[in-house]
Amino acid sequence: MEYVIQAEKLSKTFGEFKAVDEISFQVSKGEIFGFLGANGAGKTTAMRMLCGLSIPSSGKATVAGFDVYKQTELIKKNIGYMSQKFSLYEDLTVKENMQFYGGIYGKSNQFIKEKTAAIIEQLSLQNEAGKLVGSLPLGWKQKLAFSVAIFHEPAIVFLDEPTGGVDPVTRREFWGMIYQAADRGITVFVTTHYMDEAEYCNRVSIMVDGRIEALDSPHGLKKTFGTDSMDSVFLKLARGAARSAD
Amino acid sequence: MRSLKFLLQKEFRQIFRDKSILRIIFIMPLVQLIVLPLAADYEMKNISLSVVDHDHSGYSRQLVQKITASGYFRLNDYSPTFHASMQEVEKDRSDIILEIPAHFERDLVSQSEATLFVAANAINGVKAGLGSAYLQSIIRDYNGQVRTEWMQLPRFNPDLEIAVTSSNWFNPLLNYKYFMVPGILVVLVTMVGAFLSSLNIVKEKEIGTIEQINVTPVKKHYFILGKLIPFWILGLVVMSLGLLIAWLAYDIMPVGSFLTIYVFAAVYLLAVLGLGLLVSTYTSNQQQAMLISFFMMMVFILLGGLYTSIESMPAWAQWITRFNPVSYFIEVMRMVILKGSRLPDISRHLLIMTGFAVLLNGWAIMNYRKRG
Repeated sequence: MEYVIQAEKLSKTFGEFKAVDEISFQVSKGEIFGFLGANGAGKTTAMRMLCGLSIPSSGKATVAGFDVYKQTELIKKNIGYMSQKFSLYEDLTVKENMQFYGGIYGKSNQFIKEKTAAIIEQLSLQNEAGKLVGSLPLGWKQKLAFSVAIFHEPAIVFLDEPTGGVDPVTRREFWGMIYQAADRGITVFVTTHYMDEAEYCNRVSIMVDGRIEALDSPHGLKKTFGTDSMDSVFLKLARGAARSAD
Repeated sequence: MRSLKFLLQKEFRQIFRDKSILRIIFIMPLVQLIVLPLAADYEMKNISLSVVDHDHSGYSRQLVQKITASGYFRLNDYSPTFHASMQEVEKDRSDIILEIPAHFERDLVSQSEATLFVAANAINGVKAGLGSAYLQSIIRDYNGQVRTEWMQLPRFNPDLEIAVTSSNWFNPLLNYKYFMVPGILVVLVTMVGAFLSSLNIVKEKEIGTIEQINVTPVKKHYFILGKLIPFWILGLVVMSLGLLIAWLAYDIMPVGSFLTIYVFAAVYLLAVLGLGLLVSTYTSNQQQAMLISFFMMMVFILLGGLYTSIESMPAWAQWITRFNPVSYFIEVMRMVILKGSRLPDISRHLLIMTGFAVLLNGWAIMNYRKRG
């Protein structure tokens, strides 16, 4: 099995506070890995370390084969990232956003042109390609943001609550896109608060108070905790949390 | 290098798409340069004068007529008593009182000496000071006139007198616009360089796109350059526009060379862009950046020698102006535009400004790294 993310006792402390407390896990290539946890459990901090945005306090981790301490620039080249805050430029058009992000990842004009055409085709945005992104509805924006996050064909894409505030139909379509990406070999690392989305993942980890309390396939988790829904699995674990939600 | 190209392209697209920025760039210089110099007029005209004439003689009337004919004074009232004219001052209708005592003419003729009393409303200190100075010089002039006409024998002058003729170098007509316009140009360039740039960077923080940029392999210095270069160019464009307006509206053409102005402006913009970047690293939203900018702009203008001359400030304030980049540029602008100073003449200013640029940018980049 080829692992694209490997973490061993990875920790981040802010003063006395252990935001992430010795988490260890592996994610294999092409996997859809759900990263669950209540607000304040340490998901975002863990994800920021894996993205090279923040240096860990201790432990080891590699992302796409690169070290999270020393090779953050190489990690950044090989990952895509979509934050919970919409972060395309609203005052640029759909095409211009893709051109910009393609360009700063060092892609050739030829690549940018072909890829842009393919995405516009895929999302049926032919009529919106020249419109400002700010004028699109939220659901379309999120799908576009995902397409831009994997525009440069990264090895891994990190999605931080990508479907917040999106309607159920669009969420379905969004997950269709995630599956397509995974089929192409892109590893998907996703955080979510929707338990139905957790069911779509190949494997799910649940973080409580900075530690990973459970890690298995949704089916395996339900069996271990003796329930029939991810919802109750999550509640059983999260109720034990000492930290209050933020 | 390739990523810088895309950053610049994106930045220019956003700037030219933002109507409010375009308005600031093109309308602000127009309004500031056309309205402000007209409003900030140092010359005193229409000073309201109250006259209390206890003498009612030929000489007293002649004096009043000479004063009103000067063009600086407007006769507000002829009051019978000082008290009555004082009431005019209290009601703010009169700025200055001239009291001519009884027997003014008689004393002047018989004793060759007479006294006048001038009282000025000093709520507006500048007006009071200039008004009484004007009045005194008119009276002195009148004095001389009386003497020549009345002492029939001007064979020799009993009182020796030194006559002073002055000529005003570099601004012969003391046109205050020549003084104001170069200064206002500096304020404009500062606004674009320091404040538009800081607002722009903080805006990316606010909407979260900076986080997205941080996970891309874009190097931080390219990101910073991508922000600074567009505003550096914009600053020079705004200054060129301003110089054009100064020429069209006020016929102000620099005596010195444009090259000197542009060389200094190029370095100056680097310094204020560094300041803008610094502000953006300490703030997290546009309101904060705006308030800080507003505060700094006040200090820059009031302690920059735009309206008040730095030489007449107290020593501690003069000391502060040395840390104000605006004061250097205002001085350089006036030197080049009015006096025709060349690069060697402003080398000290240029050196200090380079220091500012290195210091501010260095500080900003250090802080930017730290706060990631």
